[in-house]
Amino acid sequence: MFWTPENWGSVPEGWNRSHLLGLEDLSAKEILILLDLADRFRREVLENPDNRRKIPLLAGKAIVNLFFENSTRTRTSFGLAGRRLGADVVDFAAATSSVAKGETVVDTAKNICAMGMDAVVVRHSCPGVPLTLAQNLKGCAVVNAGDGAHEHPTQGLLDILTIRRRFGRVEGLTVAVVGDIEHSRVARSNIFALQKLGATPIVCGPSTLVSEHWRDLGVEVCYSLDELLPRVDVFNLLRIQFERQVVRPFPSIAEYAHLYAMNSERLVHCKNDALIIAPGPINRGVEITPEVADGDRSAILDQVTNGVAVRMAVLWATLSVAAKR
Amino acid sequence: MIFAIKPVLYDNSSNRNFKRLDMSTIIKNGRVVDPSQQLDKTANLLLVDGKIAAVDVPDNAVPSDANIFDASGKIVVPGLVDMHVHLREPGGEDAETVATGAKAALSGGFASIACPPNTVPPIDTRAQVALIRELASAARQCNVFPMCCISKGRKGEELAELGVLFESGAVACSDDGSSVEDAELMRRALEYCKMFDKPILCHEESAPLAKGGVMHEGAVSNLLGLRGIPAEAEDIMVARDIALAESVGAAMHVMHVSSAGAVDAIRRAKARGVRVTAEVAPHHFTLTDENLRSFDPNFKMNPPLRSQKHLDACLRGLVDGTIDAIATDHAPHAEERKRREIDVAPFGIIGLESALPLAIETLVDSGLLSWSQLVEKMSLNPAKILRVNKGTLKPGADADVTIIDPNLEWIFDVDQIRSKSKNSPYLGRKMKGRAAAVFVAGELRYQLQ
Repeated sequence: MFWTPENWGSVPEGWNRSHLLGLEDLSAKEILILLDLADRFRREVLENPDNRRKIPLLAGKAIVNLFFENSTRTRTSFGLAGRRLGADVVDFAAATSSVAKGETVVDTAKNICAMGMDAVVVRHSCPGVPLTLAQNLKGCAVVNAGDGAHEHPTQGLLDILTIRRRFGRVEGLTVAVVGDIEHSRVARSNIFALQKLGATPIVCGPSTLVSEHWRDLGVEVCYSLDELLPRVDVFNLLRIQFERQVVRPFPSIAEYAHLYAMNSERLVHCKNDALIIAPGPINRGVEITPEVADGDRSAILDQVTNGVAVRMAVLWATLSVAAKR
Repeated sequence: MIFAIKPVLYDNSSNRNFKRLDMSTIIKNGRVVDPSQQLDKTANLLLVDGKIAAVDVPDNAVPSDANIFDASGKIVVPGLVDMHVHLREPGGEDAETVATGAKAALSGGFASIACPPNTVPPIDTRAQVALIRELASAARQCNVFPMCCISKGRKGEELAELGVLFESGAVACSDDGSSVEDAELMRRALEYCKMFDKPILCHEESAPLAKGGVMHEGAVSNLLGLRGIPAEAEDIMVARDIALAESVGAAMHVMHVSSAGAVDAIRRAKARGVRVTAEVAPHHFTLTDENLRSFDPNFKMNPPLRSQKHLDACLRGLVDGTIDAIATDHAPHAEERKRREIDVAPFGIIGLESALPLAIETLVDSGLLSWSQLVEKMSLNPAKILRVNKGTLKPGADADVTIIDPNLEWIFDVDQIRSKSKNSPYLGRKMKGRAAAVFVAGELRYQLQ
């Protein structure tokens, strides 16, 4: 199949956002639109049997990866997604920029956008920066690629797409998010979306990294991974984010691994079809042992492939709406 | 450095509009509310030579040469006192100066303000106390009462020369901005202040517990992924300082109370006779941590906006008298610093010009407090806590008078703000009630146009 904007069609009805700031404010319907789109991009473009993996839906558009925090895979994934859609993608690395000279985020973003950007993909260590940019950048789509410990919506979507492609559904599944919940934007985006789609998220980790306030939102809090093993369909194993911790929340990495690492001993007690996912970068030997990471339950690389599809869906959907405004 | 302060000269011209000190003024027909004399009635208030001459002058006894200020439909109260106003001078003049802060105070209805010493450098020498006093007298706006540091350099290591500082005009001492972490030093400070009968004003926050925090720790901080400041950071410091004050028999004042635990500890301490008083800021009884969902740095303050439970506790504390005073914690910040990412933006908001309408709407119009009780909390009690001779309309007192239009509806917007900084979460909010005029020492220093 040779895809063109004409034979591909337009963004489904029900999607009216020019920004993707988080999954908390999305409806189940909006999440499903993005998941369906991403699924279609994966099947019909990324795995196009004719090996034509491009579709010029965003030809002539310019997208900037505005990353104030280090990232390789998310930036590369967004970059590839944009290029697969025919857009021009440029990278802005904050470390080497005027940010180091004291410029504010909004000024930096306005300057970059003045070059003629149609979309800004932003990552920043401070929660709320994508919202601030959305309020301040006129006519530009803003996509959150991670804001501090707040949200990482495209990661949440790709995790759920991976689950849905494996199980054929999301509703009714029990998903344990394990590890450093406190500092994890991946955890938040996952939990918000899983609840909307009728799955049951459980947060599991050391009590110093798992707030009791999750119960206020109807999320089960569990401190024992072993107790969860037999009743969970999906384990989402988070990395310990040492760089965000103000105080050390547990005595040692060895103790953490002893209590929470997914290893082959623990895998024995899991359901036969239990799925292991991890947002990466993974720390082998900490939250996951090599034999599990590389084993047949693991969908870690499948997640990365889905990431490109999800980002194609998000960029196309938001830019289509932004173009109409 | 020598500061040449230009004296304000008065001529003896017969210009009636020129407000000379030796003139008398009659504030006619207002509802005079003065809790210091249990007064709440429509009356004529006579000011002569900068003092209150009489509170209830019959119409036919008004001096014929007196300036007349018609206060019909208005509420006439002793000049309001805000005991917690950051003036930022010296060191932060881009955000506020003594002159601009004092001017903003007047338009908020305050005839007197007290300023904490956490300037750059902090106020811990006689020269610096004198500087604030001179800047204030040169500005000729409201009364400005400087505070001095508890500890030298506000470092929490050794006592500042409190005796000398009080003598040179500091009304109180405070390390506001941080707690005195060292309990021994705090105990010594309380003990030492006792002999001067000067209040020690306490910022209550355990630094290790609050470290890195941006907002109240709770359900909302958990959702937003912002680091929390737990209520216990305040609770345990209040409890510690009450224990210390109790053991040495000293008086202490808790600044900007925001947690239910603090209100509770103060209530229990008062009941057993501890000499503890407390203030609350208007934002702590009008806003909650839910407002942080906007990530707007104008909702970032310290102590942080807490949950509804804590807000309710503050209101209960105001109603039952646990909380004695309303103080704004006016904290101006230049826009380029405040309008930053929320985790690096500084704490604090301006409060002088929104406090009165917020208090009227939230406390009086809702029926929680009477007008007399509100005046107690915004004038009489803060004056008492600071041991300054204000907060009353008794004959012989300084003629500091605030005239309030309780029904005026207006929008709080940038154009209305006289403070040099505009960092307020209330911008655009509909307000009801406002200061119509303020007299300081018998002079009409502010009148709403």
